[in-house]
Amino acid sequence: MDLNYTDEELAFREEVRAFLDAELPASISAKVKTGKRLTKEDMENWHAILNRRGWLAESWPVEYGGTGWNAVERQIFEDESFAAGAPRTVPFGLKMLAPVLMKYGSEEQKNHYLPRILDGSDWWCQGYSEPGAGSDLASLKMRAVRDGDHYVINGQKTWTTLGQHANMIFCLVRTSTEGKPQEGISFILVDMDTPGVTVRPIILLEGTHEVNEVFFDDVRVPVANLVGEENKGWTYAKYLLTHERTNIANVGANKVSLDHLKYIGRKQKVRGRPLIEDPLFAARLAQIEMELDAMATTNLRLLSSPDSVANAGPMSSMLKIKGTEIRQALNDLTRRALGPYAMPFVSEALDAGYNEEPIGPDYAAPVTQEYFNNRKITIYGGSNEIQRGIITKMMMGL
Amino acid sequence: MDFNHTEDRAMLKDMVSRFIADNYALEARNEIAKGTEGFSRQMWARFAELGLIGALFSEEDGGFGGAGFDIGVLFEELGKGLVVEPFLASAVLSGSVLAQLGNAEQKALIAGIIDGSKLMALAHGEPESHYELSHVATTAVRDGGGWLINGSKAVVLNGDSADLLVVTARVSGETWDEDGISAFLVPADTDGVSVRGYPTMDGLHASEITLSDVRLPDTALLGDTGKAYPAIEMAAARANVALASEAVGLMDVCRDMTLDYLRTRKQFGVPIGKFQALQHRMATVLTEIEQARSAAVNAAGRLDRPRIEREMAISSAKALTGRIGRLVAEEAIQMHGGIAMTWEYGLGHFAKRLIMIDHQFGDVDYHTARFAELSRQAA
Ligand SMILES: Cc1cc2nc3c(=O)[nH]c(=O)nc-3n(C[C@H](O)[C@H](O)[C@H](O)COP(=O)(O)OP(=O)(O)OC[C@H]3O[C@@H](n4cnc5c(N)ncnc54)[C@H](O)[C@@H]3O)c2cc1C
Repeated sequence: MDLNYTDEELAFREEVRAFLDAELPASISAKVKTGKRLTKEDMENWHAILNRRGWLAESWPVEYGGTGWNAVERQIFEDESFAAGAPRTVPFGLKMLAPVLMKYGSEEQKNHYLPRILDGSDWWCQGYSEPGAGSDLASLKMRAVRDGDHYVINGQKTWTTLGQHANMIFCLVRTSTEGKPQEGISFILVDMDTPGVTVRPIILLEGTHEVNEVFFDDVRVPVANLVGEENKGWTYAKYLLTHERTNIANVGANKVSLDHLKYIGRKQKVRGRPLIEDPLFAARLAQIEMELDAMATTNLRLLSSPDSVANAGPMSSMLKIKGTEIRQALNDLTRRALGPYAMPFVSEALDAGYNEEPIGPDYAAPVTQEYFNNRKITIYGGSNEIQRGIITKMMMGL
Repeated sequence: MDFNHTEDRAMLKDMVSRFIADNYALEARNEIAKGTEGFSRQMWARFAELGLIGALFSEEDGGFGGAGFDIGVLFEELGKGLVVEPFLASAVLSGSVLAQLGNAEQKALIAGIIDGSKLMALAHGEPESHYELSHVATTAVRDGGGWLINGSKAVVLNGDSADLLVVTARVSGETWDEDGISAFLVPADTDGVSVRGYPTMDGLHASEITLSDVRLPDTALLGDTGKAYPAIEMAAARANVALASEAVGLMDVCRDMTLDYLRTRKQFGVPIGKFQALQHRMATVLTEIEQARSAAVNAAGRLDRPRIEREMAISSAKALTGRIGRLVAEEAIQMHGGIAMTWEYGLGHFAKRLIMIDHQFGDVDYHTARFAELSRQAA
């Protein structure tokens, strides 16, 4: 073992830094660093910049226009990107749909959709969950009935993240009610401009609009939009859930949050001394830092290990649990650090054009909202209870 | 000992609970909270008519209650209804300072608080106070026959609606000295007072207040010069009884919603409450809520004991309800899954208030450290 970067890795890091320095627009990084809301254009703009450099699809193989980076290189890229204030890329096309298409899609689908993900022609959203099918995803009910060259889709998806920006949605649909529920599910691609598709906002508890309900009323979708075989969609969906582990632990973002929390801890005062010197606060901070340092190594160790493919299920579950718990601990402690200034909440203050003086310290505005919003991360993508179930099921052999 | 409420308090509890059920549905509450002041003047007048504000004052001050358990009973119910009207700012905080320090003429203002016609706010905390109660950097200096005040006050609850502010300022000593703090009555429209109001995450209203060369007559002073700290500490103690009790009411709502959901939400063909992974966590939540309730009862019941004993119970109640409040809020959301993340479902509003209570008058860490210090003094 050697925990030091090699010369090549160091050179790569310099290359990433130089790129970010030259190409990341200051208008975007300023928003990210101050917790302001990004617009659709900001996200599209950043995707386009990364794509020009060939670094948008950092987790794709080279043959499809990806980088072919290994786990360490990806981590370097992630760390540097977050440190520079780059936005997270939108994962639905890049990290969720693309791997499924590469493995199970037809040649036409790969040739048509993968380049459109890269050049920004399509913005994808994920249509898995339904009101009655959350953790028990296989119980989903949205029907797709074959009618000549089309499927006719009826039903509802929910929690569709950024569906308000999307023009395409990949859906799990029920094509058969025979046998086990898992055996009648298909994976299908739907153009959201098709008649019968309706998107309605769901407002989250802190007032943001990032998820939606999507209703399907006699929506006709060409049979050519089916991915792989009919009734095999569950296999594809599971492939996605277990094999997409890049950034799952959120190490890069967590490191930046830790640094930011330390900054706040030095700025906030208790009896005229920096909060970071308060023994109770310092102990809480130290615990998170120790966890995160171990987590960074757990992440790379698991991702680089030879049996990471065989053990993909439990490993990605461990990374998801630990990564989300550390993130929530950071959000919690950052909120506490603000003292009474955790309370003010002027939603417009998080929009770019807001020019009034901040209420309290200039870093306060986004903190409490982020704490509440990030309660979602232990719920979505397979809740942490479901992840723990996966670990014990796979590793206990009972 | 007796762990039942007196008949009067049981009636008060029933009355508030019924009034809230009939008039204060969550949607109505959220509409009220969105308004320019963050509460409804009309609703405030109705609360006054019902005598709920009077329940927070002793008979000698013109009310018919004012003991720890009166505060506790009322705020537990207000918590269940997520009530946003200024009970804490006007009655508990300002009213308590006024009742302790005011001369006969000043105390006459209490009648206005009780009948709802006067709104008051306590402008005490400052931008760098964190939760330190003795932190007062705002200055008051002699100015002819009166006073000249300069400084800033932070996150003043309902300061943007108050007719009259109770402002603390230092007349002598260092920033954190308990001695040397005075309290003044300041009409909100006095020259040099500027108030910037804003909403808070939990649907209340607070404000930043700047005092620049505010000139006050000598009659504005409350109590003896530089001797306001004990009254401020007592007002904070009463506020913490209110907040701990409100938190318990909120916890009860979160508990009921979650129990109900665990029984009715089905996944994998069974109610999710059948999963032992959730059962044990729910059991922990139920157990911890009883601890929080006891801590709040201890604080309410010891409000009239000697200082150290009283303040230990206060810090203990605030630390425990802070820790348990967070547990309950986070676990309730998690065990619900996605639905709890929505504005519409409602749980989130209770969770937000529960978490924000930890940011008022001292959080878990502040009160844990304070308890340790008091406990050393007691030994
Ligand atoms: C902000 C947000 C964004 C989302 N974005 C998307 C998206 O873009 N696309 C999409 O398809 N979905 C999305 N989701 C949906 C998400 O994947 C589901 O919320 C998640 O799968 C949980 O389902 P549920 O909300 O129905 O909760 P439920 O499944 O009803 O679970 C409720 C509780 O029961 C627990 N539970 C369930 N089963 C078990 C068990 N067997 N053992 C122990 N505990 C159990 C859960 O862990 C949870 O605590 C999003 C959700 C949120 C909150």
